[in-house]
Amino acid sequence: MKPTRRQLLYGSGSAAIGMAAISPFVWDAIKPQKPIPGGIVGANSARGHRLRDGAFPAPIDSGKHDVIIVGSGIAGLSAAYHLDKAGIRDIRVLELEDHAGGNAHSGKNDVSTYPWGAHYVPLLSSESGHIKDLFRDFGIITGEADGLPVYNEDYILNDPDERLFLDGRWQEGLLPTLGVSAEDQAQYKRFLAQMESFKVKRGDDGRRWFAIPIDESSTDTDARALDRLTMKDWMLAAGYTSEPLHGFVNYGCRDDFGVRHDEISAYAGIHYFAGRDGKAANTKPDSVITWPEGNGFLAHKLAEPMAGRILPNALVYNINDTGAGVVVDYWDGQVSRRLTARAVVIATPRFIAGRLVPPLKSPDFTYAPWVVANLTLNRLPGGAGADLAWDNVIKDSPALGYVVATHQVPQMQPLRTVITYYWPLTHLSPAEARKEAIARTYEDWQKLFLSELYRVHPELVGHVAHMDVWLWGHAMIRPMPGFIWGEAREGALKQAPPIFTAHSDMSGISIFEEAYTHGLKASQAVKAFLA
Amino acid sequence: MQRLLLVSVFVIATCGLIYELIAGTLASYLLGDSITQFSTIIGTYLFAMGIGSWASAKVDKNLLAFFVRIEILVGLVGGSSAAILFLLFDQVASFRFLLYFIVTVIGILVGIEIPILLRILKDRYEFKDLVSRVFTFDYIGALFASILFPLVLVPHLGLIRSSFMFGIFNVMVALWLLYSIKEPLPWARLHKIAAGIVMIILTLGFISSDKISSLAESNSFAGHVIFAKSTPYQRIVITRQQSDIRLYLNSNLQFSSQDEYRYHEALVHPVMSALQAPRNILIIGGGDGLALREILKYPSVAHVTLVDLDPAMTKLFSSSPMLRKLNQDSLHSPKLKVINADAFMWLKHLGANRPIFDAIFIDLPDPSNFSIGKLYSTAFYGLLHTVMGPDSLAVIQSTSPLVARKSFWCVNNTLRASGFQTSPYHALVPAFGDWGYVIASNRPYTVPTRYPAGLRFIDADTARDMFSFPPDMGPIATKIQRLDDQALIHYFDEEWSKYLIY
Ligand SMILES: Cc1cc2nc3c(=O)[nH]c(=O)nc-3n(C[C@H](O)[C@H](O)[C@H](O)COP(=O)(O)OP(=O)(O)OC[C@H]3O[C@@H](n4cnc5c(N)ncnc54)[C@H](O)[C@@H]3O)c2cc1C
Repeated sequence: MKPTRRQLLYGSGSAAIGMAAISPFVWDAIKPQKPIPGGIVGANSARGHRLRDGAFPAPIDSGKHDVIIVGSGIAGLSAAYHLDKAGIRDIRVLELEDHAGGNAHSGKNDVSTYPWGAHYVPLLSSESGHIKDLFRDFGIITGEADGLPVYNEDYILNDPDERLFLDGRWQEGLLPTLGVSAEDQAQYKRFLAQMESFKVKRGDDGRRWFAIPIDESSTDTDARALDRLTMKDWMLAAGYTSEPLHGFVNYGCRDDFGVRHDEISAYAGIHYFAGRDGKAANTKPDSVITWPEGNGFLAHKLAEPMAGRILPNALVYNINDTGAGVVVDYWDGQVSRRLTARAVVIATPRFIAGRLVPPLKSPDFTYAPWVVANLTLNRLPGGAGADLAWDNVIKDSPALGYVVATHQVPQMQPLRTVITYYWPLTHLSPAEARKEAIARTYEDWQKLFLSELYRVHPELVGHVAHMDVWLWGHAMIRPMPGFIWGEAREGALKQAPPIFTAHSDMSGISIFEEAYTHGLKASQAVKAFLA
Repeated sequence: MQRLLLVSVFVIATCGLIYELIAGTLASYLLGDSITQFSTIIGTYLFAMGIGSWASAKVDKNLLAFFVRIEILVGLVGGSSAAILFLLFDQVASFRFLLYFIVTVIGILVGIEIPILLRILKDRYEFKDLVSRVFTFDYIGALFASILFPLVLVPHLGLIRSSFMFGIFNVMVALWLLYSIKEPLPWARLHKIAAGIVMIILTLGFISSDKISSLAESNSFAGHVIFAKSTPYQRIVITRQQSDIRLYLNSNLQFSSQDEYRYHEALVHPVMSALQAPRNILIIGGGDGLALREILKYPSVAHVTLVDLDPAMTKLFSSSPMLRKLNQDSLHSPKLKVINADAFMWLKHLGANRPIFDAIFIDLPDPSNFSIGKLYSTAFYGLLHTVMGPDSLAVIQSTSPLVARKSFWCVNNTLRASGFQTSPYHALVPAFGDWGYVIASNRPYTVPTRYPAGLRFIDADTARDMFSFPPDMGPIATKIQRLDDQALIHYFDEEWSKYLIY
């Protein structure tokens, strides 16, 4: 190949040798930097910790409703949405934060909306027929053609979907292609083919080995045996030794579960690749559905009909079945109040449910801490090798990379954007990582994120207008070996009327479909109980 | 000390060959005809080395100090040679003279190095050992350089940065000698200061290589750059060579005034002449006002809406006298309404009261990246439907069906997938090549047989011929360009990268 003029003049850009990488921006880099405005926002850990530590004043008043839902994450909102649809309208949703949405929360500034947590949903799997109605309701699925759903083009992820930064350059796709050996390539191929075959693999019971929702999966013992070893060990046993392949899979596990591939259950690891078998009439099978505000779109839509019935800033600290109704006490920041209901759905993570109702306690539920930063940029990130994509992954980085909020806007070249940086804190045990993270100041986080960003994007020095950081102390359930098909989770699935539970961590994997399904199921159980 | 000097031999040999390779590459790159350029550069360089060797005999005293001075000088001249040559390529009357002059200077300086070193070392080794060692290191250095150059330097650092880097190595040899030598050196302080200054110059050059490159970039245009401006959206450059005015956006040629009439007549008239009294016209892109010039040749036209992203474009082409002459001041037409907006967003948010345009001209840059690719997608063409009536026509400039056959037919097939009937055609525009267009319509399109008077390119015969494709450019099946799968961008990249070296 002939070198192009640009290559001849500039080199390929992997001139990351010494100063070369920052060369055109030396002045930008050395001039005194104004601190970037912003702060640590969200996830009210102070109030949350009160639940662990504190005594609360006695309630000053009381009220009565048919159903109380504790927590307005996707599971809680889904339960409320379905109860409402079923005609059970006297509902209150109590939410600790000042907004609904939980992990699907999103933000907004004058440039764009942007996600704070969950940011996409894959095409609905073959077991997710029950979610189709919702998607039709919300205009996400607009019709059907050739027996397949037609998805709204505005929400189908635009091309280019992902790019990977390695050796000073970007490449399309997430599997390293530059400088990998023929053996690596062969292993990629074999691995991907095996994942494809897992996608359609069914047990004797006719169910897929890896289904979404996970409880629709086959009970096949060979499938469940995969839950007893780690993903890394499974790969090695299956003859996958390629370093870049391990890097890719480890990235996938950290991205989806916040757990490294040498810790996570192989069943969960494979589930990430094999669970999503969705198809659409108007896009490719591995496509996903996304919005500038991420799954905040879904949270808002679910919360809309509940307006007035969601009580924000309501920390539930006591739930008690008196026999004549369930008492729910909450603290609104100033005073405590009491509500009584015929049924309660606890839609909080299990470690909180366990504090509210001690029998629900289970030490097997462990959680991965994450940090998310939203950065407002006065110019688009550049980079040689491949155009800016939706998901921009930096190889071997502690943080995963960033997602571009304006990617779905069909505008040719937005001049400003917001990028969402994701960082699962997997370098330490969850407890230690949480402790380290809580001790950090905004300035510490700024330094960490910016050094990461500027290493890859020196051209952005001086163009970060704002930055906010969100610490999710207990972001996601960790599917450690033995958890998904173990006793703790099986026990957690049992409902004990009049107190019901619904949360994605009851699935052992933290995704929209699971949260939504648990909410739907809880609403059905509540309805049956009330009738 | 001896060992140090032998290491210097290795370094200077590497540097020497690198400068030669840089000059050769640069010359063949800038001037073309690489065989001639390389052989004359090598010849000149070797001959200059000969002069240097010969001249070295004239130096008698203070050999070491002299050697240090030579190193500093080689570092300065060799190190900055690539930057100087790139920057001055278009500025000096005789670039060749400058090129060979610099090559000769470097050659002479490099030619002096080895003989002087041999003489410095002559008392420390036996003659046979001396010659054997020095030349061994010399040749190893050369081999090292010749492998390093194509594999590491050109692809990763680029020529300008490489040359500064090796200049720095030369000066480092000088500094090393200055600081490690025990024996007194006359004017040692002055030498150190000089080496320090040159070191700073080279380091600054190294650090600013990208800036220098982008300065030099304007020199890649044929003709003199008479206007250059970076807007938030693109880099606009206008060049002039004799009477040829050219517009480049992000270094891609948009038109040459020599033959733009061919491009624009072919873009406009097959659509305009096919319509009965077209009144309401939309132009997307085309901020240069040249398509508009052709459109205004139809008296029935009442309103023209021009949507161009970049206000700097429409401003430039409506203010510069030279460009106003070229577009016949079309941008000042009272019929024109300019909207500086993103065409996709504008169409999407037009609201319920959508105007219907009789003719739409889409004159956008080629689909070379994912951003512009959105304006070639089914989603965008779907929006076009909403502003077209049953008899409306739209035409899309669609890159070259000869060079980029898949890309061209991908545009055509994407329009079909978006529910249009299509009529593809092509015209020869020398500055571009054999260029393609696609007409999109809701009813079958017939090529008009009558055209306005005074056209230079289009008449009934030319127009008819434009619609037939020889076998090497004929229709092929392609993927469809969709927002979630931009096949066209991959086609375009693949096809043009085979063809273009820039
Ligand atoms: C950084 C990040 C990225 C993610 N990305 C994706 C993604 O791209 N796609 C995807 O499908 N999933 C993603 N997820 C997973 C996401 O968790 C699920 O999709 C889903 O949003 C979980 O919903 P949930 O209702 O089960 O739980 P939660 O969102 O945890 O909801 C629990 C709610 O209960 C509230 N609460 C807790 N305690 C109390 C109390 N005592 N009183 C009152 N209220 C209380 C909480 O404030 C919260 O609103 C991501 C998660 C994180 C953290």
